[in-house]
Amino acid sequence: MKANTHFAFFDEGSKKEIRRAIMKAVAIPGYQVPFASREMPIARGWGTGGLQITLSIIGKSDVLKVIDQGADESVNAVSIKKLVNETTNVELTEQTSEATIIQSRHRVPEVPLTKGQIIVLQVPMPEPLRGVEAKEYMTKRMHSEDDYSGIWLMLFEQIMKYGKTATFADHPVYVNGRYVMAPSPIPRFDNNKMHQSDSLILLGAGREKKIYAVPPYTNVESLAFEDYPFTVESFEGLECHLCGSTDIFLDELIDQQTGITIHQCNDTSFCMDQLNKKEKAEVQTSYA
Amino acid sequence: MHEEPILQVRNLRKQFGTGCKECSELNNGNLEKNFCKSCGTVYACQDISFDLYPGEILGIVGESGSGKSTMMQCLYFDTDVSSGEAYINDSLLAGKNVFELSSQQKRSIRNHLYGMVYQNPVHGLKMNFSSIGNIAEKLIAAGNRNVAEMEATSKKLLESVHIPLHRMKEEPRNFSGGMQQRVQIAKALSNNPPILFLDEVTTGLDLSVQANVLDLIKKIQRDLGISMIVVSHDLGVIRMLADRTIVLLNGKIIEEGLTDQVLEDPQHEYTQQLVYSLL
Repeated sequence: MKANTHFAFFDEGSKKEIRRAIMKAVAIPGYQVPFASREMPIARGWGTGGLQITLSIIGKSDVLKVIDQGADESVNAVSIKKLVNETTNVELTEQTSEATIIQSRHRVPEVPLTKGQIIVLQVPMPEPLRGVEAKEYMTKRMHSEDDYSGIWLMLFEQIMKYGKTATFADHPVYVNGRYVMAPSPIPRFDNNKMHQSDSLILLGAGREKKIYAVPPYTNVESLAFEDYPFTVESFEGLECHLCGSTDIFLDELIDQQTGITIHQCNDTSFCMDQLNKKEKAEVQTSYA
Repeated sequence: MHEEPILQVRNLRKQFGTGCKECSELNNGNLEKNFCKSCGTVYACQDISFDLYPGEILGIVGESGSGKSTMMQCLYFDTDVSSGEAYINDSLLAGKNVFELSSQQKRSIRNHLYGMVYQNPVHGLKMNFSSIGNIAEKLIAAGNRNVAEMEATSKKLLESVHIPLHRMKEEPRNFSGGMQQRVQIAKALSNNPPILFLDEVTTGLDLSVQANVLDLIKKIQRDLGISMIVVSHDLGVIRMLADRTIVLLNGKIIEEGLTDQVLEDPQHEYTQQLVYSLL
């Protein structure tokens, strides 16, 4: 038996509740709004937070792009796309610039986001203070009292131990000068894209039942000490072995047999675009 | 000498329980020690008042359960008081009852004006962070965001409490009890607080380490002129450190005066017993 699902999977009551949480999150940038995370057809921890946001904000005219660590064609991205498409019939795309809603796991696309676009990030661990304090009651209190010495201490410890801050991804940020927020496990490379972003950034943690947001044109400042400024991953002198792009986030691939290291764009649709452009140019010159 | 006290405490009361008709008037003798038999309320501190002057060490003695540690916790804002007032002689806090301040303001006092050394280092230190990180925590909390500066301050402090610098990046849980206690003292001193609370700092340490820690405290007082409140049930410690002494029994002050006076010529029955049971 196949029952007709409601538009965008959710009943209207659920959507309303999630939209309310989103509204509150937008009104208080960086503040984690609790919400009643629904049971989803995918397991918690696999992007249910992001999926719930996407499903509750999506409309018939929207164009959806889903990426999973930069890739459009990973299993998780494809199944999320399928679910949303089957229940809404919205158009799917791999082009960042064409999409109105971009659900993403652990990356902000290389193509700059524009006004009117919404990026939905999947968050495993929304609480930046959890490493310092295990109790939710206490972390809530620390947020409300602007008491972030614990997180600074964590960065200080890393500098003492490793000579630099050792956050690989999920480097904590100050949003609008008030709340410290986990930007989801995006690489430090992407942190600066959140600052004064043209698009709305929504973050959803399904397992932890939290929604938070960075409205457009909001200050997002990565935490850093005076004498140890914030740095992003450096790919100096490296380029994508497929499209030759530089100044983008590269994946390091090591051939198990030969031991040779190659670098490749992490953002697959960006890489494809570059390749297409190249080919077009080549074709044009060969005709001329 | 007409010095202004740096800390004034008035009628500090801490009770556990709501109280009842039988015990609401504390002076009517219905309590058994500090416990009301009819409603089960415990009066841990009953209207304690005292002054602390700049640069002096105030000793507090009493048997276990007399309210010493509860009083310290109240003063350091670890627990809320039931009633009472405390005033700190500070230009920003003049005339303000610090118990009634917001928790942010209380935190600011803790970070800028207070230092605390707990009996159990577990309470005062983060055992899974490095020693230098533990000291930096207090500096960070006070608003410092410069790593080199904090590292230099922490090193200086660790040196002054005789922790070898090659162990500064080690976690205090790997240290001996005496070393942990000294790291705690270094942490408490990191912001040059004018007021330092020491809660049974030498209890459980062996004698030579005890002497070390006591020397250190005495030196700090001489060099930095910090006012201290020292809680101990060890009269030897009190005799060595404290200028003035308060004797607590069942949450009440039963005797106070110059330490020598209290120890040589005790007036109250309990103090007499306490002094004469000294080995």
